[in-house]
Amino acid sequence: MTAPSAVARRAVVIGVGNEFRRDDAAGPTVVARLARQVPASVTMAVSDGEPTRMIEAWAGVPLAIVVDAVRAEPAVPGRLHRLVLDHPPIGPGGAVSSHGLGLDEAIGLGRALDRMPGRLIVHAVEAGDLTQGTGLTPAVAAVIGTLAAAVLCDLRS
Amino acid sequence: MTHRHHRTLVARALARVEGEGAMYVLVSGGRVAEVRLDIYEPPRFFEAFLRGRAFTEPPDITARVCGICPVAYQTSACQAIEDACGVELDGPLADLRRLLYCGEWISSHALHIYMLHAPDFLGYPGVVEMAAEHREVVERGLALRSAGNAIMQLLGGRSIHPVNVRVGGFYRAPSPSELAPLARQLRGALPLAIDTVRWVGGLDFPDFTCPHELLALADPGRYPIERGTLATSGDLAFTAAEFEQHVVEEQVPHSTALHARLAGNGLNGNGRYLTGPLARYTLNSGSLPPVAAQAAAEAGLGPQCRNPFRSIIVRAVEIVCAIEEALRLIEGYRRPARPAVAVTARAATGYGASEAPRGVLYHRYAIDADGTIASARIVPPTSQNQRAIEDDLRRFVADRLDFDDERLTHACEQAIRNYDPCISCATHFLDLRIDRR
Repeated sequence: MTAPSAVARRAVVIGVGNEFRRDDAAGPTVVARLARQVPASVTMAVSDGEPTRMIEAWAGVPLAIVVDAVRAEPAVPGRLHRLVLDHPPIGPGGAVSSHGLGLDEAIGLGRALDRMPGRLIVHAVEAGDLTQGTGLTPAVAAVIGTLAAAVLCDLRS
Repeated sequence: MTHRHHRTLVARALARVEGEGAMYVLVSGGRVAEVRLDIYEPPRFFEAFLRGRAFTEPPDITARVCGICPVAYQTSACQAIEDACGVELDGPLADLRRLLYCGEWISSHALHIYMLHAPDFLGYPGVVEMAAEHREVVERGLALRSAGNAIMQLLGGRSIHPVNVRVGGFYRAPSPSELAPLARQLRGALPLAIDTVRWVGGLDFPDFTCPHELLALADPGRYPIERGTLATSGDLAFTAAEFEQHVVEEQVPHSTALHARLAGNGLNGNGRYLTGPLARYTLNSGSLPPVAAQAAAEAGLGPQCRNPFRSIIVRAVEIVCAIEEALRLIEGYRRPARPAVAVTARAATGYGASEAPRGVLYHRYAIDADGTIASARIVPPTSQNQRAIEDDLRRFVADRLDFDDERLTHACEQAIRNYDPCISCATHFLDLRIDRR
């Protein structure tokens, strides 16, 4: 995780994923795309999704936006989901992170320890390929711009 | 559950280990006939695609083998290449390398103790459920992990896959004043680490002993972390350059990770050996710094520890050790004149070994005169431990055949987590299947 300072952060955007796992790079790609488009009060971070790092990044921040690639069955690669915490609830039955210790654990732990952001928005994109290698599949690459715009929209609202 | 002598258990995923794979247990006629760690993740060919790369690249490339112990990969790679090029770090650069490694130990061990392992002992399915009833305990774990990450962040540039490490040292060396806030955080973390030892020392542990030969680094006068020569409980002593004369890797049908054994089959005649916290501690407990040594004694560890379930105590003691060492290194730190020493390529083969949180990590590189890597060899700790884990599981299950399926499955999962296996390194883990026939 590129560690953000805890000082006066209005929002944090966390791209979760591994750029050497094809579509898992969607989150970091969106963060890179937005790096020069957000005000200084917004921290841009890349993470492997490990819960303690996620909690450290978002604890006490008014708004946290997470962008992550997810596995879905059946999958429609490139299909986007926007989830706001508690509406609908995120849990093992829904879309989960492609990582071993995932976003659901980070949210569960954050809740148990009162270390959640004021508001958590998750932008998830269904992955088509999570095998080893670089480069997004065309279906996911095609929605990176849309994803980035959606994150900007959330930051402005 | 079917007949006790003929039944099948399937656990879809063994959680809280790093990576993916499967475990298969065959119980036939009321006896454990076979135990296999089935590692099916495709090999990642790191050794192959390092060939033809520049000799400066392995620290950054091999850091990608693992998100939990990238510093171990960077360090072993740097050492091996520096060895090939006739360079040895000393002074503040060597201290910075050890300090960075301390950060990884603290972070990795805190993650394993609190997030992955402790829920087993306290009867929770995971850390989220544990946090609901033991909030202050989990907060302590997060604070320790944060202290470790802070070291990696400052020295490595970031806490995952650090980018400030290079062959010969670092791209940038911090000033002493930059390390001052880190020292404050570590001084605050030290009592938390001592409390951790006391806390895990009070857990209930099954009576279980692993008889394997133990392999760890030895670093005269101090606890081995980032460098050292190799030693075994069978009194073998050798350098990293001799590693492949003493450790043999073999392909087995059920795993994409190689299995290691001691050449000549070692002290016990079966070649099985264990590396990692139990081996490190048992072979080096006399080298612990004073606060860690006292914490270990108060927790009742004694000079040796051969119960894998008690490895959680050893990890806690090693957090104390790493914090103590980090504070000592920061206190004595003077900024080096240059952040790295010049390393000039030459046609040679170099060897490096360091103590990853999970055990000895060995690298070997052959370099051409123009600095191109001709061959690479990486032996991670989990692949070394596979045979010992399988053997321990075989004996562990044999003593618990009267357990019902659910209880036995859970017990096996807990037992596997004792070793903190990193299948991501060895290649990934884990479904559990028990056949009872």
